[in-house]
Formats: sequence, C-alpha cells, structure tokens
Amino acid sequence: MARMATTRRVMISTAAAWLFGFLIFFPILWMGLASFKTELEAFAIPPSFLFFHWTTENYATVQERSDYLHHAMNSIIIAGGSTLIALLIAIPAAWSMAFSPTKRTKDILLWMLSTKMMPPVGVLVPIYLIYKSLGLLDSRIGLVFILCLGNLPIVIWMLFTYFKEIPRDILEAARMDGATIGRELVYVLTPMAIPGLASTLLLNLILAWNEAFWTLNLSTSSAAPLTTFIASYSSPEGLFWAKLSAASTLAIAPILVLGWFSQKQLVRGLTFGAVK
Amino acid sequence: MGQITLQGVQKSFGPVHIIKGADLEIADGSFVVFVGPSGCGKTTLLRLIAGLEDVSGGKILIDGKNVVDTPPAKRGLSMVFQSYALYPHMSVRGNIGFGLKMAGLPKDEINRKVEAAAATLNLTPYLDRKPRELSGGQRQRVAIGRAIVREPKAFLFDEPLSNLDAALRVQMRIEVTRLQKQLGTTAIYVTHDQVEAMTMADKIVVLNGGKIEQYGSPLELYERPANLFVAGFIGSPKMNFVTGEPALQKGAATIGVRPEHLKIERDGGGGWQGTIAVAEHLGSDTFLYVDAGALGMLTARYIGELSLHGGDRVSLMPDPARIHRFDESGNALRG
Ligand SMILES: Nc1ncnc2c1ncn2[C@@H]1O[C@H](COP(=O)(O)OP(=O)(O)OP(=O)(O)O)[C@@H](O)[C@H]1O
Ligand SMILES: [Mg+2]
Repeated sequence: MARMATTRRVMISTAAAWLFGFLIFFPILWMGLASFKTELEAFAIPPSFLFFHWTTENYATVQERSDYLHHAMNSIIIAGGSTLIALLIAIPAAWSMAFSPTKRTKDILLWMLSTKMMPPVGVLVPIYLIYKSLGLLDSRIGLVFILCLGNLPIVIWMLFTYFKEIPRDILEAARMDGATIGRELVYVLTPMAIPGLASTLLLNLILAWNEAFWTLNLSTSSAAPLTTFIASYSSPEGLFWAKLSAASTLAIAPILVLGWFSQKQLVRGLTFGAVK
Repeated sequence: MGQITLQGVQKSFGPVHIIKGADLEIADGSFVVFVGPSGCGKTTLLRLIAGLEDVSGGKILIDGKNVVDTPPAKRGLSMVFQSYALYPHMSVRGNIGFGLKMAGLPKDEINRKVEAAAATLNLTPYLDRKPRELSGGQRQRVAIGRAIVREPKAFLFDEPLSNLDAALRVQMRIEVTRLQKQLGTTAIYVTHDQVEAMTMADKIVVLNGGKIEQYGSPLELYERPANLFVAGFIGSPKMNFVTGEPALQKGAATIGVRPEHLKIERDGGGGWQGTIAVAEHLGSDTFLYVDAGALGMLTARYIGELSLHGGDRVSLMPDPARIHRFDESGNALRG
C-alpha cells in the first residue's frame, strides 16, 4: 500500500513539475515560434502552432535594420565589465565580513540589501542629470558603472554566504600547518571558494545581461545593449510581432546557452548557498 | 623536545572569564589529557596553547621559551581537530604533505615523509583519494597523519574520536596511544569521556568552570581525588556520596565510596540497608541501584554475576580503607 502511494505521489509530482516547467517555458517557445512566422501569421487568430509557413526573413530584416553584433558586443562588455568590477569590490568586502566580523557587520549587510528595495525610478532623474553633465549618457563606461553599483549588494551578500560556509577549522588547520595569509588564500581559500565565486559570477552576468531599466534610459545607440535592440521593435509606428520575436530570440540566445551549460552552478547560486 | 609550561594563563571573551588562571607543567614526551564537563574551557585552553587564541594574561612556555606572542605556525605544534578539518580539494597525499610544502621542503623529501606516515597509519592505498571518498575512521587517520608528518614538538588533539562509532573509537584510542609512545612526542588530548582519559593518559588535568581542579596520574585521581568534583567526575559508575550521620561519624561533611568498594550482602548484615530499585546484569559485572532511605540512592558494583533482583533487600558495607572524606567546602580530608 505504502509503496503504491509513493509511486503515485512521485508520478503526480513529476507530472506537476513538467506542467509547471512547460508553463514557464511556453512564452519563450512561443516567441521562438513567432520569430519564424510572417507578420500576418504572428498575430492570426486562432494562432497556428506548428503548421505555418516557416520563414527566416525576420532574422534577415532584423540584422539588416539594426546591427545585432554591435548590440551583442555592447551587452557582453556591459554585463561582463560590471560583473568583474563588482566581484573585485565584493570579494574583499565579503571576505572581511565573513572572516573577521564586527558588531556592525550584520547591520552593514542589511543596509546594503535595503538599497535594493528602493525603486530605481526614484533616482532616475538625478542619475540622468549627473550622467548628462559628466558626459556619460550613451557610454559603455556609464552603463558598466551603474549596473555594477546596482548589483553590488547582491554580489556581496551571495559571496558573504558562501565564505561563511567555509569551515573556520580548515583555515585554522592551514595556519597550524604554517601557511601565511597569502598562501592560505592561494592554496586553501580560493580553491574552496571557487564554486561560490562561479555561481555568483554567472548569476550576476545574467542579471546584468537582462537589466533593462537603466540600459534603456541611459543609452540610445552607440552604447545600447541588446535590451535596447529589442525595445526598438516596439515602436510608435506599430508592433512588429514577428520581428520583435526574432530580435528577442537573438538577444536571449547567448545567455540561454550559458545558462544551459551552467545549470548546476546556477541552481546553487539561486538557493544562496542554503542547500548543499 | 616538547616541554610545555603554563603560568597563570587566563582568557576572557569580552567580560566573561573562561580560563581563570591555569598553572601546568607538561613533561616532554608525556600524554596529558584535559577532561571536564562541556563548556569548562578544555578547547579554549588547547587553542591558547596552539596559538589560535590570544591569552588575556599569563605565560605559555614551550621548551622554556615564552610563546604568547608567537604565531601558531612558529610554535612547532600540530593539531588534530574534532571535525578533522581536512582540505576538501586536496588528495590524502596533499593533505598530509601540506605542512611540509609550506615549510618549503623539496618534493621528493615530502613524498618520502608522506609515504612513511601513510604506511604507519595504513593509509597507503588511499593516498590519491579525496577526503570525501574516505570513511570517518580513515579521515581521522589522515588528520593524524597530517599532524605526525611534521615531527612537531607536541600534538594537540581536540576530541578527535568523538565522531566515530564506539568500536572504532576503542580501536583508534589504542592506535593513538601506541603511536604517541612509539614517537615519544608530547601530546595534549582533550576529551569529555573519562574512560578515554583514564586509559590514554600519563597524566590527567581535570577542568571545571575554567579552573584546574586536579592534575595527576589516572590512579592518583582515582585513589586520592582532591575534591568532590574530581571524585564525582573520575570513575564509572560515579562515586556514591553520603552526608549526615555516617559522614559525621568519620569527622567529615561528606563521605564518598566508589560502587566497587561497597560489599554487597543479603539483608540482615551490618552496613547500609536498602531495597534494590534496579539491577543490571552484564554478566561480567552486576550493577545495583539501591534505595537506601535517608542515605539516598546508592550504586554498588559486583564483579561477576550476582543473582539479586529489583525489590530485594540488601545491605551495603563500605570498605573502611576506601572511604573518601570531604569537608564542607568539598575539599578532600587526608589522614
Ligand atoms: N569565541 C568565543 N567567544 C565567546 N565565548 C566563547 C568563545 N569560545 C568559547 N567560549 C565560551 O567559553 C566556554 C568554554 O568553551 P570551550 O569550547 O573551551 O568548552 P569545552 O570545554 O571545549 O566544551 P565541550 O566539551 O562542549 O567542547 C564556553 O562557555 C563557551 O561558550
Ligand atoms: Mg571543546
């Protein structure tokens, strides 16, 4: 009896998991399909699922009208640059908070996180004006800077939780074994911290890649990443569903591939080190 | 050489005094066990000696040299942690050899020493495995290997066997003692298991509430406990304490008799009368828990099998030569 109940439960939860997975994936699938339709078929009612006239003309048009590679390059520079700089600042910060905490450490961490609770639109005007007078509007440096600052609290939090997980005993064992701080760092801490660093890096890359608020507001063309590239297809002249879909598919493809190949690290990253 | 001397060592964490002035002489080559109830400061004292914690007062001398300002690595001690604290990303070989690598020894010498240590500890087949691919006992041996390979002045052990199952614990207990005797290296061993303390130690330090209650050989502690605390802590089952009339007769506030020093007779004899509440028959021993009325519960131990059962009346006769006497403040009275 008990066994049958468990197999049935497993079957039900498997089915539910697939259903939810499909529900979440469906918009992306639909977008992918729409990118191969003609503009007319893209919003035909009833919609056709697979039996339509497959075409790649949208991709050709999109590439012709706006330079995909240019935007993709910007995305790579902005996401990669902001992530690297954030890590450079966050590693020592999280390190010292995890390994030599003071009475105020918890407060500082909470304060950092609280900055993420403010809606960014609240500071849009001042930031815009500052950027304008500094000449940072539509510049890659400006976007790297703002995304880096925006994600820094999360990066520090994640690294802090990972570093906290490294048992103190092991560091003390290294000290007893005669390792100096520098060698402790190279031989013991860094290798143990690599999984945590990797998931933080991946998650932050994705967050920065998908960031749309600041990139849309602070860039127009020369520094514009893929988010702007997508947005340019929902224009006042009307919505071009098929082309919008083609642009979006192109924009998310790199990060989708990256995410696919680093699933394990990502899941670890998303659970914030709670599950071992 | 590995002679360790503590002089008035104190430690406080903020306003809380944890170690309240410890004086201790540990002779070169001896096996000293720190024992005491949980939270009494055993680990703290060991970490002070290791240098992982700074003293708040007093001196720690290793071979006559004050080391309180010397970093852990330079004290020439090695430590085995309760959690083993192996480097998870290194092989057994890497773990054992790490200290030698840090000391800058040439590769072939490291290899030779690591292999010798591994052979002593029966770890040779596992040299290229990672710690997660080892059993608890094997991990423990790697941790010990890491300690011995550096040929330190002294080993520091913090409850190294407490994560092992009972059978393995006994086996490792013997192995550690044998290894220490063979190497002749001073060892300080922390445990809260008094059987471990009694069986392994040359000398035992009984700690309670951050104070050293007594320092002596296992038999000294058993035969001449300095106070009520040591008397109650050393020995299993625990010593019986009796206050009131029988104690006054002996000119003491409390008298103590170990369960094995109570002669058990069927009802009617002299001595202390009582009813057996529980009788435990182990074959090799019989333990009787006797309700002795005004005297409270008494434990008696008989070597061998004794066919008495719950509800039987017995009389317990303390061996007069084995009665321990204590004054009001709990200190032992001699003579
Ligand atoms: N870093 C610290 N900060 C504050 N108090 C501490 C610190 N380390 C230990 N203590 C306190 O010091 C006391 C002694 O701790 P210690 O770890 O030495 O006990 P122990 O004898 O090893 O106990 P156990 O047998 O449970 O391991 C405890 O009350 C503990 O709470
Ligand atoms: Mg302890």
